[in-house]
Amino acid sequence: MRLGLTRLSVAQFFLAILVVGQIASASDDGVSLGSVAPDFKLRNIDGKMVELADFKDQKGAIIVFTCNHCPYSIKYEDRIIALNTQFASKGYPVIAINPNDPVKVPEDSFENMKVRAREKKFMFPYLVDESQEVAKAYGATRTPHVFVVSNTKEGWRVHYIGAIDDNASSADAVESFFVRDAVNSVLDGKVPTTSFTKAIGCTIKWKNK
Amino acid sequence: MIQFLLLVMGLSFSRVEEVNLRQLQSRILATSDTTYVVNFWATWCRPCIEELPAFEALSRKYSKEPVVVILVSLDQPQDRLTKVEPFIRRRGYTESCIVLLNEPKPHLWIDKVDSSWSGSIPATLFIRGNRRLFGEFQFSETQLDSTFQSFREGRQ
Repeated sequence: MRLGLTRLSVAQFFLAILVVGQIASASDDGVSLGSVAPDFKLRNIDGKMVELADFKDQKGAIIVFTCNHCPYSIKYEDRIIALNTQFASKGYPVIAINPNDPVKVPEDSFENMKVRAREKKFMFPYLVDESQEVAKAYGATRTPHVFVVSNTKEGWRVHYIGAIDDNASSADAVESFFVRDAVNSVLDGKVPTTSFTKAIGCTIKWKNK
Repeated sequence: MIQFLLLVMGLSFSRVEEVNLRQLQSRILATSDTTYVVNFWATWCRPCIEELPAFEALSRKYSKEPVVVILVSLDQPQDRLTKVEPFIRRRGYTESCIVLLNEPKPHLWIDKVDSSWSGSIPATLFIRGNRRLFGEFQFSETQLDSTFQSFREGRQ
């Protein structure tokens, strides 16, 4: 609430984290805009390993941390498919990654990922981040959480982090198409007008330590 | 007609009030000695509904003291009477203040709650006077109570 209240100091906040013990990975971690995103090597639903380096002939990629069970991911499923349809041919394919612990959410198991991908006819990789290291390295906190990266000499540069658009509940009521506009900007060699957004979403289900 | 009657009944007995962010902010008085515990949740969020009993218990435990627990549902407004309200009745929550936040475009208001909030839930904000503590916590009843106590006493 903006009530003219003073903000908690960083030290106090981290003390609070220590006291409480259980918290989603801090948002300070992970990749930042303009930085180079790390490569990864994850198992796809067809059993094969997929890495960003496999996409070296592409201009970039739309990396989406998502899952089966989360209602927000489900609401966005068709829009994720549409992004791939729109941008794969332009050199920006979708790469979907499920980071959730299937012990906590059985619907997000590898077997159920295969079922969902088949039902929805995913034309893009749907990878399992079993160790959750990739989600941590990117700083993903929720599903869906998108990272738009371009393929440069220095590596996979981050141009956009955030939500797909500004209306989860209704695709028809969307006014700002964040990911679409960001990819189009990067394709035009411009900096996206909006390069970072927040959204309500399901917390990534981290494994119990 | 039946739908209309149900709607009227739903409104008259409603436990879950629809508010916007400004209305929610106006519930929190920075000048009082009241400690506010504001939890953001939704019926579709599993970890949220797992920890809700802890908030209801906290509300009950401190019912004689200046402590206000506000459970802020982030469900869709159209689900208020069909999902949120029945859920609250089924759970039998009577102590906490329960509202549904009707604010479109989360990217415009998430930072107004707390700039460190990524947008994932559950998330909880403790406020007392000019002090505040925010985190994307998931509490057990014991953790919530100890965090609440140490916050109220100014230890964090």
